[in-house]
Amino acid sequence: MTGTMSVVNTNNTVLLDPTNERRVATMERVGRPESLRGLTVGLLDISKARGDVFIDRLEERLSEMGADVRRYKKPTFTKPAPVDLRHEIATYCQVVIEALAD
Amino acid sequence: MTANHSTVPVLPDGLVIVVKRECETCRMVVPVIAHLRESGAVVNLYVQDDPTFPDGMDVVHDADLSVSWHHDIETVPTVMRVSNGVEVERTVGWVRDEWERVTGVSGLGPDLPTFRPGCGSLSVDPDLVDRLRVRFGGSVLSARRVDVADLEDEFEAMFDRGWTDGLPVVPPTEQRVMRMLQGTTRAPSDVVAVVPPDLVEVTVEKIAINAVMAGCKPEYLPWVIAGVEAVCNDTFNIHGVLATTMPVGPVIVCNGPGTRAIGMNSGMNVFGQGNRANLTIGRAIQLVIRNVGGGRPGEVDRATHGNPGKISFCFAEDEIGSPWTSLATSRGVAPDTDALTVFPGEGPRCVVDQLARDPESLTNTFAACLRTLHNPKSVLAFDVIVVMGPEHARVYADAGWDRERVLEELHARLQIPGDELVRGAHGIAEGVPERLRGVTLPKFRPGGILLVHAGGGAGLFSAIIGGWANGEVGSQPVTMTVTR
Repeated sequence: MTGTMSVVNTNNTVLLDPTNERRVATMERVGRPESLRGLTVGLLDISKARGDVFIDRLEERLSEMGADVRRYKKPTFTKPAPVDLRHEIATYCQVVIEALAD
Repeated sequence: MTANHSTVPVLPDGLVIVVKRECETCRMVVPVIAHLRESGAVVNLYVQDDPTFPDGMDVVHDADLSVSWHHDIETVPTVMRVSNGVEVERTVGWVRDEWERVTGVSGLGPDLPTFRPGCGSLSVDPDLVDRLRVRFGGSVLSARRVDVADLEDEFEAMFDRGWTDGLPVVPPTEQRVMRMLQGTTRAPSDVVAVVPPDLVEVTVEKIAINAVMAGCKPEYLPWVIAGVEAVCNDTFNIHGVLATTMPVGPVIVCNGPGTRAIGMNSGMNVFGQGNRANLTIGRAIQLVIRNVGGGRPGEVDRATHGNPGKISFCFAEDEIGSPWTSLATSRGVAPDTDALTVFPGEGPRCVVDQLARDPESLTNTFAACLRTLHNPKSVLAFDVIVVMGPEHARVYADAGWDRERVLEELHARLQIPGDELVRGAHGIAEGVPERLRGVTLPKFRPGGILLVHAGGGAGLFSAIIGGWANGEVGSQPVTMTVTR
């Protein structure tokens, strides 16, 4: 090969971006508390079968540890939690546990 | 990045004539143009291909075809009369009366025939039109441009960026996307839906980009748009269909004369390989969910097994050969209207009955097979599509059973005693709570069996496609009309 061959981009392909062109916002989790005593802990049941059995037991254990437990439930496990529910949990709780069983 | 080519060039006042040397009619009218100039008319002559044509005449070379493109020249020669920059008259080809009317000069071309058709304008030449559309219309596209280096393999580049479903995709260049957009009357910036799981608005343009990648033709685009709209709502709940550990994905059943116009398969090998429209429409919808919605396997898509139909599962109902009303009509759409129905379905499986010659016996077979859907002891939780093959449908047609009768008889055979369904019955732990012992439960909710007629003409077979969590807590089938 001689040195005359060009590798300069003269006619490169231009594609249209098929994605949503978004940068996903990342949110920092708050620091892990030293103790749950006196904190409000939200327990979110996603409405899968027998999730309540698991969450009932969590409530017992957390209450013994001095946490103030609040119970929440999604209308259905197949869809994201409604925004109002998410807002309520964020407003009242310092800690949240989302749990399911099957 | 590039100059703005979308400005419409203003036409000079007087006569504007557009010609090309390649066109025999253009060559024939050269003496007429000369005569017009000699008579004192202001003739602005534009030539598309060869600026030395006509020999010795003063012309403007429409080298980039900007004048031709922006003024919709489809035929040469075209004669326009322009006043204050506005076209007031136009004729195409050679029609003596028309030329005389538009130019206001009589006695034109006495030696010529009275009429000769023109030729196609270079600006509508199929080899050039895609490039021109980008050059002059490309500014309507707002998607980010991604440069692929000369030394980069564009197919690998698309895999690397995570844009594909695991198969190669067609590179979505501006030319291809602009051509795809010809398939719809909707503006590229129109928002069609909000796509889960990332809940991002999707425009016609983004759908067109993904349709190009899937391999669609422009005439398929309205079906892809309707499909995206049909799955992206709370009723169909594509978020849940995507996120579930069950194997389902959107199954798209298409109805109406448009399915035949775009060559969809409703017959032999209806779920199989080989038909571009079936395969690429379903694939395009899935690519929109992946690329725009951010729904990718291993992320929000948590399927334990999935199924091959999650690449594409789309087919047409055989309406011409069907003894029944179509699925879309049964769901409220006017007959002979283009529509599609989306259903959260697993892969199809075969129902074999080669001996049934009477409808009762055949219905017993269907009921026995449907009973086992997902689990022989599961009831009410899932819907199903029954895709009746033509040879099975004929048994019903010969007996005079209509769609309603078939469904009624199926439901009647799928009422199951709770004793057979409770947990532990038949040595199977799965089942309904003990308190339902003694209660009769239906396998399917009312309306939970969707009946479709499709498949090849030979073979006493049908297919069933199992669904996913139904009703308001899960996913409901959605039917949507398709408009261009």
